[in-house]
Amino acid sequence: MKEIPGDLNFLKSHEWVRVEDNGTATVGISDHAQGLLGDLVYVELPNVGDTAQAGTAAAVVESVKAASDVYSPVSGEIVAVNESLSDRPETINEDAYGDGWIFVVKLSDRAELEELLDADAYAELIENEDD
Amino acid sequence: MTRKTVLNDTHRALGARMVDFGGWDMPLNYGSQIEEHHAVRRDAGMFDVSHMTVVDLAGPRTREFLRFLFANDVGKLKKPGKALYSCMLNEQGGVIDDLIVYFIDESHFRTVVNASTREKDLAWINRHAGHFGVSVRERSDLAMIAVQGPQARTKAASVLPVEAAGAALKLGKFVALPGEELFIARTGYTGEDGFEIIVPETAAVDLWNKLLAAGVTPAGLGARDTLRLEAGMNLYGQDMDETITPWEAGLGWTVALDEERDFIGRAALQAQRDGGVGRAMVGIVMDEKGVLRHGQAVLTDHGQGEILSGTFSPTLGKAIAFARVPAGEPGSVRVDIRGREVPVRVVKVPFVREGQAVSA
Repeated sequence: MKEIPGDLNFLKSHEWVRVEDNGTATVGISDHAQGLLGDLVYVELPNVGDTAQAGTAAAVVESVKAASDVYSPVSGEIVAVNESLSDRPETINEDAYGDGWIFVVKLSDRAELEELLDADAYAELIENEDD
Repeated sequence: MTRKTVLNDTHRALGARMVDFGGWDMPLNYGSQIEEHHAVRRDAGMFDVSHMTVVDLAGPRTREFLRFLFANDVGKLKKPGKALYSCMLNEQGGVIDDLIVYFIDESHFRTVVNASTREKDLAWINRHAGHFGVSVRERSDLAMIAVQGPQARTKAASVLPVEAAGAALKLGKFVALPGEELFIARTGYTGEDGFEIIVPETAAVDLWNKLLAAGVTPAGLGARDTLRLEAGMNLYGQDMDETITPWEAGLGWTVALDEERDFIGRAALQAQRDGGVGRAMVGIVMDEKGVLRHGQAVLTDHGQGEILSGTFSPTLGKAIAFARVPAGEPGSVRVDIRGREVPVRVVKVPFVREGQAVSA
């Protein structure tokens, strides 16, 4: 299990968000989630300009085993998507917290961040899940 | 209660991600199921298939019994060791299970049936065996390892006793070398050459470790599923069940109707064939990105069907599936994926033969 970067916040459904210096937020799925899904073979990205709603599906990741919605942890306009995942979806398996990011949101309500789990709480969540 | 094969600790020690499969705690993968898939297509992989149900049948009328019980004709088995793939049907022609049967000698046959159908299969076999004086013995004392891939036979032979190895390498396709301590069959569920090796449970861990040392890659149920679907092989419960006849499941080739042999389900199969079979199973390839999944709606010129087994094919690099659709020329076929109609191609199966794409 990879170490969970301390600057991330999480949804219980295993999406992470990182608030960048410029006020945007990068979203991906956790290393734990990619492990559960297995080899990823397809990522359905949102379009730049779409509006993400916190807690609703904004992207889809598909492994050989299953398709899974990716919920946006925060609301706002999508300002960037990780196009390289179209050709190399396995990047998420290899580097879920880095090169495997999925999209970037321009935050419309910073208060939503308060609702999320911090890295320690998320680590505890997945530890209990494994029991 | 979850059942475990004798190799359970071995899988866990190898870091396997375990999953419940028909009540059994089995390895899904040992890391990457796609790498395991490629290992089988390009070199050699091994699967613990000890959860499958081995049933030994004995008695002078065993052949007569099996000719009545199975839709394929056990009368075709002339040479000791020879294997046959068949369906076992109910009176309505629905598939109770698909299986392999091995001819050992005139009073001994061995059949291997699915794990998830164990109870009902044994009940059905037992229900009919009595009339033929055939004894039915489930061999839960045995373990089975499938070694599959272009290098599988050579690598497996390198760890077998010399005499058995020599004989195993001479086996024809779909033939077994029977034996109580070591049963080696040149059969499998991947579309590759290889062996399925049955040994006493007490010998299984040792055999597995020797195969591992010989460079055979452990592979889990995930790879087993993508391999068998690429090879055009059905999965019971997903591609057919008791409400589906062999005609509707692409298994007409396994039904022997050509002679005066009565078997369970024959009348229903004949009636359905004479009346016209309304549904057919077809192979589907999707060239667009995405993955075909069980249950997705398939739209054809003759009405709607559905995806049965669907997955991403590591060999083709695109999605493949079996679908059950209304009979007739399907025309332009689309699959409904999350509300979007995606065009697909209907192709002949297998999708992959001996490691090479045949329907890309």
